[in-house]
Amino acid sequence: MKTLSRVFTGLIFLFLFAPIAILLVFSFNETKSLSVFAGFSLKWYRELLHDQNTLDSVRNTLMLAVSAMLISTVMGTAASVGIHRLRSRALRRLLNTVTDIPMTNPDIITGISLMLMFVFAGWLFGLANSLSFWTMLIAHVTFCLPYVILQVLPKLNQMDPALPEAAMDLGCTPLRAFFKATLPEIFPGVLTGAIMAFTMSLDDFVISYFTAGAGFQTLPIRIYNMTKKTVTPKMYALATIIFFVILTLLLVSNLTDREAAEQRKKKTIKRKGTNP
Amino acid sequence: MKKTIATLLCAGLSAALLAGCGSSDSSAGAASSSSSGGTLTLNVYNWGEYISDGSEDSYDTVREFENWYQETYGQKVRVNYDTYASNEDMYAKLSAGAVSYDVVIPSDYMIARMASEGMLLPLDFGNIPNYAGIDDSFRGLFYDPDNLYTVPYAYGIVGVIYDANQVDEADAHGWELMWNEKYAGRTLQFNNPRDAFGTAMFKLGIDVNTTDKAEWDRAKDALMEQRPLRYGLVMDEIFNMMESGEAAIGPYYAGDYFTMADAQAEGVDLRFYYPEPTNYYIDAMCIPTCCQNKELAEIFINFMLSRDAAVANAEYTYYASPNRTVYTDPEYLDDLGEDTIAILYPGMESFQENFNRYAFRNLDAETLDYLNTLWENVKIN
Repeated sequence: MKTLSRVFTGLIFLFLFAPIAILLVFSFNETKSLSVFAGFSLKWYRELLHDQNTLDSVRNTLMLAVSAMLISTVMGTAASVGIHRLRSRALRRLLNTVTDIPMTNPDIITGISLMLMFVFAGWLFGLANSLSFWTMLIAHVTFCLPYVILQVLPKLNQMDPALPEAAMDLGCTPLRAFFKATLPEIFPGVLTGAIMAFTMSLDDFVISYFTAGAGFQTLPIRIYNMTKKTVTPKMYALATIIFFVILTLLLVSNLTDREAAEQRKKKTIKRKGTNP
Repeated sequence: MKKTIATLLCAGLSAALLAGCGSSDSSAGAASSSSSGGTLTLNVYNWGEYISDGSEDSYDTVREFENWYQETYGQKVRVNYDTYASNEDMYAKLSAGAVSYDVVIPSDYMIARMASEGMLLPLDFGNIPNYAGIDDSFRGLFYDPDNLYTVPYAYGIVGVIYDANQVDEADAHGWELMWNEKYAGRTLQFNNPRDAFGTAMFKLGIDVNTTDKAEWDRAKDALMEQRPLRYGLVMDEIFNMMESGEAAIGPYYAGDYFTMADAQAEGVDLRFYYPEPTNYYIDAMCIPTCCQNKELAEIFINFMLSRDAAVANAEYTYYASPNRTVYTDPEYLDDLGEDTIAILYPGMESFQENFNRYAFRNLDAETLDYLNTLWENVKIN
């Protein structure tokens, strides 16, 4: 039974990582082929560094993901606090459902409807180019928001409501109480929400495709458009780099998480110790 | 407090929105008044991987144009070069009125559709003197019979690629090869309805633009008959399957055959021939009605036809060029080699007639619907 479960785990990891491994190996291939490994070479990495269009689209993608993350985290946290404080349970439920819609709605519908709205707004203002970086940013914030709310709201519910009240009793303004008492309590949720928003924005294709304006294409769009011919191995090189950057980030965040958890444990033990 | 924050957020968002529109507006304004000292903007929308972009030490068309323009006209120009993956994607983006591009490069049937819907502007050929290099064979074609809207960029002809180590030379002729039972399980077919039906219709001698449903049914039967012989329905997956010898026979464009032959594995010997009749296509540069600076767009088109740019693009894409400046250029002929040229340019005499007869045209809604239904059957069964 144990061997069986090991084999099963092994298989799952194989299916998860084999594609990435293949991509990684062929990014070092000397030729364009995906079937024949002609020899080790850093040619495609060199090519990538000289491909201004691809580098531009990487820059666009990162710029968009970071801005969308910042805005949606701030807005999402604010919205969660608002929803959490609502007295009417029916209204709270209604708002929860409404904020879930962008998440459950198929991307293509969100994308097309946003595009139509932007075009309509552009037409109202009499613009030739109604789509731009800003419309894409609005679109990305729209679909990132529910994920932030989904992460922050449970943390707010777990939090002891006496904490901010105590802070205010001791003279904090509500805003100060939020930053001093509430935010540190819900911070893990805010952070997870921000990371989710960043990754959602980073790899979104469908919505971006419909809301991208002239002169601002993101990386997923650029790769998709290469399918008239084959995707060049430059992209394997780029994917390999992205994979390792994200892996490092994950490792770092896991390590700091563990340290933080250990510290917290120590603190609670100490506190318990001093309390008679 | 809550209200203040909300107001601030709203104000911030709307300011961002207005700033975005404002900046795109001002760039458009600068583009239309060429007397101002600011930077001009040119928005180009082309197929992905369809221009020489400076990779592998090739000619960087967009940068060269920017430099050349500044030297010649003393003004900076910034080219926003965007790509699309299919004619339909491009059409959707433009017809929604969502973006304004100055130069687009669609295929023949899409040009016909856009022209009939009034989406293209007539070109001022006074600004495109290099148009003289376009051979007469590429003028007056069905998609632009009066040569008003288009300057051809590249063209291609569908042929059959086969691995000579798996296929008998004696069998390698006509569309029949794709239906040859000797190579069961090793034949590839296009994974899009128009091209796949095209192979069957050319084999049966049916007009590919017919509106007769019975004819489409016959083509479908042929595709069903081919089914047990097929290794798969593919588009760009064909590159790897042919290069590795995984499949033995596949239909694709002449230009792409060279890309495959360059990367073929050991023990694979890819060859190519044109069955008769076969499909032709042309991609041509046009200026859509949403263009912001028509003169600049025409100057760009003219630049694309100039010797260095045109040769570099033809060498990069490996597709045939309708530009005499390219296919009579000694350096180009030398770089590609005699065998390649012979395949890419299989004789121009009857090009016009063949093109008008065998290129895919827009089908009316009913026929297109019927074709899509048949195609679903072919894919499922």
